[in-house]
Amino acid sequence: MKSKGLTKVDLIFESVDSREVLVKAFSMTNEEIINQVLESGLKGRGGAGFPTGMKWKFTAAEKDPDKYIVCNADEGEPGTFKDREILDRAAYKVYGGMAIAGKAMGAKKGFIYLRGEYRFLLPQLYLELHKFHKMIAEIGYDFNIEYRMGSGAYICGEESALFESIEGFRGEPRNKPPYPTTSGLFSKPTSINNVETLVTAMMIIAKGPQEYVKLGTKDSRGSKVFSISGDTPIPGIFELELGMTVQEFVNEFGDGDTKAVQVGGASGFCVPRKKFEDTIIGFEGVPTGGSMKLFNSSRSMYNVLHNYLDFFAEESCGQCTPCRVGCQQLLKGVEKVKKGESKSTYLNELVKLADTMKVASKCGLGQSVGNAFKSIVENFREEIIY
Amino acid sequence: MYNTGDMVKELADKYGRKRESLMPILQDIVKKHNFLTDEAMVEVATELDISAAEVYGTASFYTFLDTQERGKNVIRVCKTITCSMKGKNDIISTIEEILKIKVGQTTPDKMFTLLETNCIGWCHKAPAMLVNDMPYTDLTTETVIDIIKGYMRK
Amino acid sequence: MVTLKINEQEVKVAEGTTVLDAAKKLGVIIPTLCNHPDLCVAGNCRVCVVEQKGARTLIAACAMPVSEGMDIHTNSLKVRNARKHIVELLLSEHRADCTKCYKNQKCELQALANEYSFGEHLFLDLVEDHSYTIDRSSPAFIKDDSKCIRCQRCVRTCSQLQHVSAIAVANKGSHMKISSFHDRPMSHVVCTNCGQCVNRCPTGALTEKTYIDQVWDAIYDTDKHVVVQTAPAVRVALGEDLGYDPGERVTGKMVTALRQLGFDSVLDTDFTADLTIIEEGTELLTRLKKVLVENDHTMALPMFTSCSPGWIKFIEHKYPKMLPNLSTCKSPQQMFGALAKTFYAQKRKIDPAKVVSVSIMPCTAKKYEADRPEMRSSGFKDIDYVLTTRELAVMIKQAGIDFRTLEPGQYDSIMGTSTGAGVIFGATGGVMEAALRTAYEIVTGRPVPFKNLEIMPVRGMDGVKEATIKIEGTTEEWRFLEGAELKVAIAHGLVNANKVAKAVSTGKATYHFIEIMACPGGCLGGGGQPIPTNAAVRQKRMEAIYSEDIHMDLRKSHDNPEVKAIYEEFLGTANGHKSHELLHTHYIARESY
Repeated sequence: MKSKGLTKVDLIFESVDSREVLVKAFSMTNEEIINQVLESGLKGRGGAGFPTGMKWKFTAAEKDPDKYIVCNADEGEPGTFKDREILDRAAYKVYGGMAIAGKAMGAKKGFIYLRGEYRFLLPQLYLELHKFHKMIAEIGYDFNIEYRMGSGAYICGEESALFESIEGFRGEPRNKPPYPTTSGLFSKPTSINNVETLVTAMMIIAKGPQEYVKLGTKDSRGSKVFSISGDTPIPGIFELELGMTVQEFVNEFGDGDTKAVQVGGASGFCVPRKKFEDTIIGFEGVPTGGSMKLFNSSRSMYNVLHNYLDFFAEESCGQCTPCRVGCQQLLKGVEKVKKGESKSTYLNELVKLADTMKVASKCGLGQSVGNAFKSIVENFREEIIY
Repeated sequence: MYNTGDMVKELADKYGRKRESLMPILQDIVKKHNFLTDEAMVEVATELDISAAEVYGTASFYTFLDTQERGKNVIRVCKTITCSMKGKNDIISTIEEILKIKVGQTTPDKMFTLLETNCIGWCHKAPAMLVNDMPYTDLTTETVIDIIKGYMRK
Repeated sequence: MVTLKINEQEVKVAEGTTVLDAAKKLGVIIPTLCNHPDLCVAGNCRVCVVEQKGARTLIAACAMPVSEGMDIHTNSLKVRNARKHIVELLLSEHRADCTKCYKNQKCELQALANEYSFGEHLFLDLVEDHSYTIDRSSPAFIKDDSKCIRCQRCVRTCSQLQHVSAIAVANKGSHMKISSFHDRPMSHVVCTNCGQCVNRCPTGALTEKTYIDQVWDAIYDTDKHVVVQTAPAVRVALGEDLGYDPGERVTGKMVTALRQLGFDSVLDTDFTADLTIIEEGTELLTRLKKVLVENDHTMALPMFTSCSPGWIKFIEHKYPKMLPNLSTCKSPQQMFGALAKTFYAQKRKIDPAKVVSVSIMPCTAKKYEADRPEMRSSGFKDIDYVLTTRELAVMIKQAGIDFRTLEPGQYDSIMGTSTGAGVIFGATGGVMEAALRTAYEIVTGRPVPFKNLEIMPVRGMDGVKEATIKIEGTTEEWRFLEGAELKVAIAHGLVNANKVAKAVSTGKATYHFIEIMACPGGCLGGGGQPIPTNAAVRQKRMEAIYSEDIHMDLRKSHDNPEVKAIYEEFLGTANGHKSHELLHTHYIARESY
């Protein structure tokens, strides 16, 4: 695997004349916009990595005149705080990205689902929104954005749970199919995109897709905003090209004693030191919504695992058996093994359970618990047992 | 003292009486009074023509829509991994000491409730906490005392 | 049409069919738990997961629509491993005290465990971590959270079928549970005790409160005289729990079995059903006269029937302003109870304090009704114990009776004779039909103009039925009704009751007389009936009820000789002073939650 090397990029926070970009977008046809996004190779920046151009294309193809563009600002993955920063510093680009998406798909209405923990941002977000609506009206484009607040539920970051929450229900993920592009918010065709994805899309239209294609790798085009925390001398937000190895990442951000990097938050993978060289940060290696946590040798990986499992047992919506009960079993299981009340071989049974959760859970939460579980248990077994 | 029925009617006039109006209405009640009383939930159920059990079931799903009594200032200290690594236990014991309550409890004068919460998105400035809607970051045992004292003075 | 492969066999089904139903067509059984034919798809238990070639995860067969060229395997190693785990996970959260549980041998989780999990349990027992609660506050049923598998069938039933939503899903994560409004006891909320949730619960989480032991005690007590009454809907469903197919009429055998169990007198609720018709018919005609002739609006129209206690509790909570519209007549069960300890005891020269009245009902709400404080007109508790159809089947088995080989028996007398009009009370539309058969004849002197007295427009499974009966050729006394068009409506299932009640309360409907039954299908689909009680089973029971009707000698309530006798000897006139004392009741306005 050839690494791209670690390169800092300034795309998301770069200033642009929003009005100029939007006028340019509105002069393009819907197909042109979608083709540019497809050409750029942009994949969802929230963590799931679905090709953005494809999502917009599917939604555009639906015949229903009522469609929605939804911005997923429910950033809840532990270790992810980049969307907060983007909203704080470049909300106008989020709105602009939504307007462009709306144009491409024929959606006149946009919703931003903002997590309750970020409520303090609202006054300034509304100021920006007011300016945006004024500008849009001056350009003569019919598009309106509304905020809907979350109230403390990680699972509402899952697309269909998010729709349920806006519609006034518990955030319980739905059966799929139908998929959101066919039947999403209020059962209408919906494209739901991450904050960063929408900003990136706007920049792609502003600068042209070729600029974006230059960055990243074949499978992981472009750059990504990373939120870096843990045992690092320089925690914070950094925009980097995709395709570097974890080793290169650690060289830049580690504190000299990094023993593991959790890529992708609690639902991501734990990469141990021995795999730093061979692991690419990108969709072809370990994907991430941006969360990067570094652990040095003073940290107990048992504590890390326990913290993640406790998180999931609490945040699971509770509707499906593998996740609701599975999370509790994994949590209690590692506790018992640590205390010596269960044999260490019980961990093997739990790994099999994690595999079942991966294939039988109703949504991404249950399906991802096994990622952290297996990667920590397999690479740090001794710390779990002793 | 406020009249619950009037308050809910006003909110329903503002946000509508459809099912999708439920979340904004509950959120506004919590913003005003920090939790949902049984009376408030019943009024909301009547205005929106849904059952009280449904309102309760929906509210109880969301961590911030408390159906248990909460104080005027709800402190939520983050307990997810980075904040844990960076000393949230010391922050919690400091607050417990100064307020003389344990996690999950409310002070007798109903001014403060101390809770733990999951990742609030300030991992690079851990440990962090929310007091009502305001985030406080880079906490130390000293700064947290100042913050709490600030709320006590209000 | 869509063609797909299941276990290497090809099958063609309509678009929109689920993989589960497509498999059924091939005779391939995929296990389910949260799925129920009466309810919308949930897809949460994950028991029905199967393998789809090319898919990243397993798919839920109950929720996945078929697509062209789909390649499904329902029993691959991956599927079997997942299924075993899922059953084990459910068992780890479940208090498995099967030998003490009412649903022993009838529990769907037990059946799955029998197929997928024997030997050592794979996972840790989580029951003690949960501090589960058991709610015994209602006299009608018990809610035991330690047995709940969170399939949400009860929630969907209460919300979609009954429009009550007394229970909902609360909290999330490991604290997720099925809860009433803020965890209040079920007896303190809007729950109507209809028991439809009990009928659909796959485990012992929701069961009726049983009084079997108390009834045995009474029977064995030589000092007590135990009378039993049987509701119309019981005789067409009891067989299902004793080895018969749905729709079998087992009336005669049921009577013999009850005698063998040791009841001192085996009597029939159908008798008081006939009595109810006389009382309620008179009440209706009185209201019509007061409103239409005397312009006296102190009496309200339309009049609602009042024999369904689930419906009564529903209207008390949801539409308390319409209580004056309810007939003041008690239900046949309660009329019977009041008479058992007065008229019957007198006639048989038995001390009423020694009479124990038991009723066999298709209903769980009747247990609540018997407990209502006002139901003591006899000076004693009018009905001592209510047993569901299911409980009776248990007692018959406990007594070692081989039900199938019994000779059919006859009811005892005094309160055991009934007509076809009484038996059709068990079906939706039956009370209306019985009332019309009598009221029409009183008013015109002629029987209803329908072949075999079968008033077809009020029959059938439509949620809300309407009919208009033109009254022509009245007798002198009823001349004021000449040419009048009597508008009636019938609703079954509380979701439909709500539709009608709402229409009446907003002035959109102009009926005169409305029959409401809380349960889908009427009492034959009641919360106390054998499980399963799905649409196909209800249809069969309905056919049996009307078959019972047409085979009876007497078909009209006013032809019942025992009914005539009780008026002559005891009650005096219909709606008279004695009737009001014993056979009529009042209602209570309750909170909306």
